[in-house]
Amino acid sequence: MRLIKLIPEDTKIPFMGARLITFPISMVLVTLSLLLMFFHGLNYGIDFAGGTVVEVRSHVSPAPLAKIRSELGELGLGEVQVQGFGQPEDVLIRFGQQEGGELAQQAGVAKVKAALGEDYDYRRVEVVGPRVSADLRRDGAIAVVVALALVLVYLWFRFEWQFAVGAVLTTIHDIVLTLGLLSVTQISFDLTAIAAILTIVGYSLNDTVVIYDRIRENLRKYKKMGLAELIDASINQTLTRTIRTSTTTFLAMLAMFVFGGEALRGFNFTMLAGIVIGTYSSIVVSAPLLIFLDLRPGGGKGEEKSEPGSAPAKA
Amino acid sequence: MLHFSRWKIWAIVASCVLAIAFVAPNFVSRETLKTLPGWLPHRQMTLGLDLQGGAHLLLEVDTQTMVKERIDQLRDDIRRVLREDKIGYAGLGAQGLSVQVRVTDAAQVEKAATKLAAIPQNLSDALLSGNRVVDVDIAREEGGLFRLTLTQPGLEFRTRRVVEQSMEVVRRRVDQLGTTEPIIARQGGNRLLVQVPGLQDIDRLKDILRQTARLTFHLVEGTGQQVLEGTRPADTDVLYSQDDPPVPVLVQKRAMLTGEELVDAQAGFDSRTSEPIVNFRFNTSGAQKFALISQQNVGRAFAIVLDKDVISYPVIREPILGGSGQISGNFTVRSANDLALLLRAGALPADLTVVEERTVGPGLGADSIAAGKLATAIGTVLVVLYMIGNYGLFGVFADIAVVLNVLMIMAVLSVLQATLTLPGIGGIVLTIGMAVDANVLIYERIREEQKLGRSAISAIDAGFSRAMGTIVDSNLTTLIAGVVMFILGTGPIKGFAVTMGIGILTTLFTAVTVTRLMVALWVKKVRPTRVPI
Repeated sequence: MRLIKLIPEDTKIPFMGARLITFPISMVLVTLSLLLMFFHGLNYGIDFAGGTVVEVRSHVSPAPLAKIRSELGELGLGEVQVQGFGQPEDVLIRFGQQEGGELAQQAGVAKVKAALGEDYDYRRVEVVGPRVSADLRRDGAIAVVVALALVLVYLWFRFEWQFAVGAVLTTIHDIVLTLGLLSVTQISFDLTAIAAILTIVGYSLNDTVVIYDRIRENLRKYKKMGLAELIDASINQTLTRTIRTSTTTFLAMLAMFVFGGEALRGFNFTMLAGIVIGTYSSIVVSAPLLIFLDLRPGGGKGEEKSEPGSAPAKA
Repeated sequence: MLHFSRWKIWAIVASCVLAIAFVAPNFVSRETLKTLPGWLPHRQMTLGLDLQGGAHLLLEVDTQTMVKERIDQLRDDIRRVLREDKIGYAGLGAQGLSVQVRVTDAAQVEKAATKLAAIPQNLSDALLSGNRVVDVDIAREEGGLFRLTLTQPGLEFRTRRVVEQSMEVVRRRVDQLGTTEPIIARQGGNRLLVQVPGLQDIDRLKDILRQTARLTFHLVEGTGQQVLEGTRPADTDVLYSQDDPPVPVLVQKRAMLTGEELVDAQAGFDSRTSEPIVNFRFNTSGAQKFALISQQNVGRAFAIVLDKDVISYPVIREPILGGSGQISGNFTVRSANDLALLLRAGALPADLTVVEERTVGPGLGADSIAAGKLATAIGTVLVVLYMIGNYGLFGVFADIAVVLNVLMIMAVLSVLQATLTLPGIGGIVLTIGMAVDANVLIYERIREEQKLGRSAISAIDAGFSRAMGTIVDSNLTTLIAGVVMFILGTGPIKGFAVTMGIGILTTLFTAVTVTRLMVALWVKKVRPTRVPI
């Protein structure tokens, strides 16, 4: 059988030379993302902003969106978003936190149910009160920070410090770009978005670690080679793997995006974007960062360790 | 790397067979499962509320009121002990968590100190630590000033007890709904999580959980508008009936009996009027009290009060000796049923507020399952085809490992009874994509080693052993993120982390060990000179 070779194997792409182009691009993207987050903001979902989401299926198809909008607009619930959702008869209704504490949130749903009457099936009702949303915001932020810190510690133990710092900077780069994307697309930023970000963190690190592993191995093998040349070789050696793994992961998540239903659409889109961002950054951000972090070939902790492969070989 | 001892081969095969055995119950209906012999695995994956539909409520126990009541009680206690001994005092007042009082007569300060020292209570914490917790701290200052402060350990002890008692009552109430496998758990300091799979009527659940359901019986001093006029005795209260318009009822503040002395309550119908009623029965001591009070008060009315609402105020026509009675009061069948349920389950020690609610209908849940299955199937097919296209026979090895991987994740979920949610399915699909990464790493390495001039067997050997360090490093970093998500995350984050974490562990087995076994067996049979990668 002839195997498909879409990606040329044994490439010699001068990534390090290109860093004078790719680094500024990354800088611009990061700056743009930060500006977007600052001025355009994220579309906080009810998990973090509090509020109510009601998903209904109309008994008539398509659902009378305009009618629903005008009926619910008169209830005094503040701004009520009414939008189609998946099937033509499905409607997503969302409104913000109500004045007057926890009980007022409950009253809002009752009003909507009374106004819509019997012509709809309630597929999903979610009400998040002000206290819970504040807690979820805090917990989400803690989760991201703790995950990053632990990874930093782990990599510090396994590699030299430059690798750990490089990996974490790359990960922050990925998080910022993902947040920028969420700001542009105004995809609801909720608990699933945090899960997506943490996964992107894991995925991007995974990619970065594979390249770093090869750089570390080559540092021991070719003690005389210049650092830029060595990093270039390492990226090229692992390039086929990087692209193939990204492709399979992308394909699997693409199936989830297309067929996995409306509820996780935002999550799946974020993941797809994250795979692209993570792959890009591990190639053109994480490895070149090592040069800026002043990694010296042959020095440091890595040298004291045993030959690559000998420890795991026992396993 | 390519040598496997016989027992190792059997161990690997046995793990795969076990995984298939444990995943099998998920493909059979629950009815069929019941007919199977008991020694076969019969656990199915637990589906989250987003997949099977149901109601999720997060309730906050109002501990502030408890604190306020404690402060009020503390003030009453101080007043009582000082009055008992006719000790003059001034400036009795509460401030934050403390109450202060100044004893005016300097000669009586010592006496007051010994009296006040009797107020703090020992809260035994014997079950947990054997520590004794004192609930009030007394500070004595210049000029006969005493400051009594509620201690932090005492408050924590009481809060914990109130939350635990509330949880017990909530559990009894939810159990009465007759749903299958509700989850009731404590979350954080003062919150209770209630998840009822399959329940659609969340409003009824909220109604049932929101009521304190404190039932009390009071003697009635008078009814009608006239009780609002003029002054009323200090030990009485005006409560209102549930009529339209509400009738004011003047009752004695002190309850003659409370719901705590009930042993049973059932909804029924009045034999004469056919209206829904609630029949109740007192325990022995309650029955005695009730008999005595009703004997002494024939001709007077007594009020049956539920959370400050007078449900009815019948006149005692004759002594009630049997210890049972009925409550009638404009009930519907449902409200009579709910009241009986609340009385059986007992009163809540504190108010509960709903701070988060999520309901998923069965239709959406079924749609999500269908979508999840389809996405998993298509994701698997895409990855399988891509791997075969890139690596041929070795791609097939990787593909067998991937399919086995998905089965193993499902088997582990079934055995651990971990909950599978829609984000969890997302985690499985992600694992499918990332699991082959280990194979890609190994195969690329084999290809490199072969290119360097190694023989097929030596290249395979080096490929597996050299790739191993990278595989462990890269998977461990992802696993760290997963573990953090699992520990710190809630809801969808946790659901996703469960399958992703399990997926990483099973990946290390299937993508490395199982693939290596397949490659080893192939090498043994074919004796290749070149690896077809």
